Order: sequence, then C-alpha cells, then structure tokens
Amino acid sequence: MKLIKSITLAGLAIAICAAMTLQSCNGGGGNASNNDSTKTEDNTVLGAGSSFDNPLFSKMFAEYNKTTGLKVNYQSVGSGAGILQLTNKTVDFGASDAPMNAKQDSAMSGTVVLHIPVTAGAVVLTYNLAEVKDTLKLTPDVLAGIFLGNIKKWNDAKIAAINKGVKLPNTDIIVVHRSDGSGTSNIFTTYLTKVSKEWETKVGKGSAVNWPAGQGGKGNEGVAGLVKQTPGGIGYVELAYAIQNNMTFAKMQNKAGNFIVASVASTSASANIQLPADSKVSLTNTEAADGYPITSFSWVLIYKEQKYNDRSVDKATKMLKLLQWVIHDGQQYSATLNYAPLPDAAVKVADNILKSATYDGKAVLQ
Amino acid sequence: METSVNNPEVTRSTTTLRVTSSIKPPEMVKANRLKRSYRQIRTENIFRKTLIVMALAMLVLVVGVMLTLVVQSIPSIKLLGVKYLWGKVWDPVQDIYGAYPFLLGTLLTSFLALIISIPFSFSVAIFLGEYYPRGWFSNLLKNVVELIAAIPSVIYGFWGLFVLVPLVRNFENKIGVQPMGIGIFTASLILSVMVIPYAASMGREMIRMVPSPLKEGAYSLGATRWEVIRTVVLPYTKSGLFAGVLLSLGRALGETMAVTMVIGNTSLIPKNIFSPGNTMASVIANEFTEAASPVYLSALIELGLVLFLVTVVINMIGKRIIKRFTNE
Repeated sequence: MKLIKSITLAGLAIAICAAMTLQSCNGGGGNASNNDSTKTEDNTVLGAGSSFDNPLFSKMFAEYNKTTGLKVNYQSVGSGAGILQLTNKTVDFGASDAPMNAKQDSAMSGTVVLHIPVTAGAVVLTYNLAEVKDTLKLTPDVLAGIFLGNIKKWNDAKIAAINKGVKLPNTDIIVVHRSDGSGTSNIFTTYLTKVSKEWETKVGKGSAVNWPAGQGGKGNEGVAGLVKQTPGGIGYVELAYAIQNNMTFAKMQNKAGNFIVASVASTSASANIQLPADSKVSLTNTEAADGYPITSFSWVLIYKEQKYNDRSVDKATKMLKLLQWVIHDGQQYSATLNYAPLPDAAVKVADNILKSATYDGKAVLQ
Repeated sequence: METSVNNPEVTRSTTTLRVTSSIKPPEMVKANRLKRSYRQIRTENIFRKTLIVMALAMLVLVVGVMLTLVVQSIPSIKLLGVKYLWGKVWDPVQDIYGAYPFLLGTLLTSFLALIISIPFSFSVAIFLGEYYPRGWFSNLLKNVVELIAAIPSVIYGFWGLFVLVPLVRNFENKIGVQPMGIGIFTASLILSVMVIPYAASMGREMIRMVPSPLKEGAYSLGATRWEVIRTVVLPYTKSGLFAGVLLSLGRALGETMAVTMVIGNTSLIPKNIFSPGNTMASVIANEFTEAASPVYLSALIELGLVLFLVTVVINMIGKRIIKRFTNE
C-alpha cells in the first residue's frame, strides 16, 4: 500500500514537471533571447561575447523576433570568450568591446573578420565620499596618479587644485578595479595608456592588467559594492550600470579641456568622429569637444566570407539582415537602456562594412 | 557422520513430496545443481569485474585530469620555465606570469583558516562524542554543524561581503591598519567557518568509537573527565582527528567562490595579514573567461596544475603523518 502510494506520488510529481516544462516551451515563444526550441536550424542565429552588450541585445533580439520570427541565441560569456568561439566557428557572430588584437588576429590565420559597430558605451568613475556634496572633477593626470598609487589621499594638492572650493577629507584613497578580465577594463586602461606615459610603460592596456594599486571586485557589481562599502573608495563601472544604480560619478576632463558629465548624449557626441573604413577605432580620449573621454564602440564580429562549415546562403542573409536592422531600427531601443545610439557617420560606415560581406564571393546584401 | 541419506533406519517415504516442479530424474537434478553453481560463479565474476572497472575508471579520471592539465600548460612551461613558481609578477599585458603571490595567498589563507577552526571543531567533536553522544540536543547540534557544510559557498561569500567585511573594517580602524575590510584575514575567517564541519564530524565519530573499557579503566583509577579525555580519548583518536583536519585543509585549499569575494584580488605579494591578496583558485575563476591569448590561458592552466600538485603533496604528507600516528 505504501509502495503504491509513493509510486503514484512520484508519478504525479514527474507529470507536473513535464507539464510545466512543456508550458514554458510553448508559452515562451515571444521571448527570443534564450529559448532553444527551433524548428529549422536556419531560423536560429547563435552569438556570444561581451557582457556589456547583453541587456541591449536581449531587448533588440526580442523585438526582432516579434517582427520576423528569427530566434537569436546570445551567450554573454565575455569579449575574449566570444572571439574564441568565433575563431572556432561555433557561433555565427561574436561581440566584443574592443577590436581584435594582434594575437587574436593571428589565431584567425588570414581569414578576414568584419567589425560592425552596434552601440557605444562609457566608463565612469564612481567614488564614495559622503561629506563631499558637489560632483568631483577629475583630469587625466590626476586619474592616472590615483590608479598608479601615486596620489594616496583625497585632500592631495593635485585633486584640490582642480576642485576649487570643495572641502576634501583627509581619507586614504582606496582604489577598486576589476578582478576579472573585462571589456570595461580594456576601455579604461586604453584611455589611461593614451593620457599617461607612466601608465603606458608601467602597466599597459588589456582586459586584465597588473594593477599597481588597489583591490579587485568581480564584475561591475563587485566594484560598485566595494566602492559603496569603503569610505574613500574610487572605482570604474559602466555608465548604464551607474545610472541604474543611482551612483555618484565624477566629471572627466576631455582632450578639449572641458569637464564632461557622462551621459548617453555625451557618449554619442564622443562617437561623432570620422571612422576609418574598417571601423576599428578607439574612441577614448576623443577629439570631440563635448564628448566624454572614456568611451568605446562595441562591435559585432562576423566572417567576411560567409560560406564556411556548410552554412547556407539563406542563413547568411538572415544574419546580415538582422545586423542591418540592429544598426538602423534597432537603435531606437538604446537610449531607454542607457546605451548610446550610433551617430550617422558610424551607421554609414557600418552599412558599408555589412555590404562587403560575401557568400562564395558574391555580396549578400545589396 | 551418519546422515539420513545413508542411515537405513530412518524411514523414508517412497512417495515423493509434491513440489512445484515435477519429479526429476537424478541426472537432471545434478545438472540443475551444476547450472545454478555456474550461474552463481558467473554472477560473482561479473560483480567482481564491475567493481574493478569502476575503480579503474576513478584512477583513469584522476590521471586524465592531470594529463590534461600538463598538456595544456606546456606552452606556458616552455615560455616561462621553472621561474613560474617563484615569479612575483602577474602581467597579462606583457605575458610575464609568476605564481608566487597566489601560492602564498592560498597557503596563508588555508593554514590560517585551519588554525582558527581547529579549537572549534575539536571542541564540538569532544562535546558531541563524550559529553552528549545521544539525545535531542546532540542531534540538533550535529545537524546544525553538518548544515554548515551544506550551505553553498556563494552564500558564505555574500554573507562575508555584507556582514563580516564591515565588522573587520571597524576592527582594522581600531587597531590602526588601513581599513579596507577585505583581505587575507577576512578570507581566512570565512574559510575557517566553512571547514569546521569536516574535522568536527570525523572527530566525533572517532571519539565515539573509543572502547568503553579503556575509559572505564581510567575512571576507576581516579581520573577526572578532562584527564580521561586528555590521556585516553585523544591519544587513541589521534590519527582520526588528524584525518579530519586533513579533510578540512583539503576543502580550504580548493575553496573558490567565498574566497574570491572577500580577498581583494590583488596580484601583489600581501604585506601583512590585513592586506588584500589572491589565491590560485580565485585567479583562475576570475580571469579564465577573458583570457584571450594562448599563453595567458596556458599560464592559468599551469596555475591549476600547481594547485593540483600542492593538494597532492599536502595529502601525501598528511597520510604519512597519519600512518606514523597509527603505528605508535
């Protein structure tokens, strides 16, 4: 009797679980980002890469699925891992916060990879000084000095000189950087390399570097958490993250000498420059007069020659049409999510790059 | 010996008992008995072979893991050589890697955690093994201690970050050290909480197994409770207690998530116990996904190999010590 009872209970539990999973599979048709039930292989596009783009891509791909029914499966594994997967041809496109460097290029053994800018983001400096009510101003020299460990206290003369009239406390500066490799670190260290010779020789740029000072937090949330908890802490996070969490961040002085508040508008302004034809440009320390200096494009990477690994021309066309939508109509979703929409010059260049993608030698998009 | 088969005086009915199967001639009975024996022998063989296969599979798995680690770290070994083990710089930009800061961090945090946790685990073991071996209180305490081991390490990391770090920061303020809150000390504290159950459970089992005659003998000679524990119970369970400690150490060496949240993640050599540092496991967890260049990836895998070897060496030393304890 007991045995029969337990068997019926177990059977009931299994039946309920099966019903729930079937329900979620059928009812989740509108949410395209991570569901996997595909009818034909050609109706799914796989992508992987930057975690910075993840919120924007989730929204964009969900909207695209509503209009066209194409499912996009994007894994937010990090720029480096995304490039690796593209090299191994396990995904259709990769996404990265930095153009491929020389080592990653050589791993491609000669195949051309197209870089298509899809959005731009900014890195802001958040700090924890409860007594200071005004927004701090920072210059490139002071920033480099802080992160190199040369400037150790908040009321140092160099910081006071650019923040006249602000009473700075005598607390230690506690630097917080990223402990994991990330595109955000890449953008930040690229900027510091450009503005400080000492940083360039001592540390250099990359997604993971040998930080001369401070402690590391894992992810944007780790850095933000540590800064929030440590009086006198300063760290760098993405603009979107800072805005959504109501964090105070500093004004940065850009190349033209203006102190700029980071925002979607100032990020777009910094991207409003002449792009080279392959769009591999670094936006940090931008020339634009009202542009925020620590910004970068985020690129989608695809192979130029789309015929590999028995991909069909249909699949290549679908993916290229998706990317074309992303740089045109898809940009309307950027501002609400705190991403900077691409300026017109960038859209033109991106269009040209997309049109240069070929299948078996013939251009795919006309 | 006379059995009923040979004894003619035992009357045997000539009518055979009705059993489920029909009457079989003697040759068939003998054949059936042989078949059953063959089946039994075959089953025995299959069982033994399955056990051997399972055991070999474990061996193959461990050796396979080590081989994979060695093969994948060859690019880094070729580039950096043995200097990797005492190199102090970890610079992914210039491809200079050295495992020394992380080795130091791992050993420091693990041994410090062990030292902090041993008084607690031994106390719990003696309390549950000697004073309250049975009863509702004993069950409650035993379950709570085992629950400590069951809590996921990420939760310890969160708790550490939001509760322990501010406490340590206040403490550091009072003693005049730079009040960062995170660091080797905090990581050791959290690790010590996490490894208490391993030594405590094993110790408790060992202490309960001390034979009563031994203890009764000591009591009858006039020893007090503490004296009995000190002179009879603890020496008897020395090897078991040490095995529990070794188990705790093994857990502490490999713990990743909780440590990486509170240790500060700096690749510089820690100046004192309160400064931030890094452990091998936490570096691998942090930097693996974005390790773009092949040398970087290989250096990280070599770090994993070093961690593997450190664990093996410490286990071997521990086993030698246990053997020496049991032989005494």
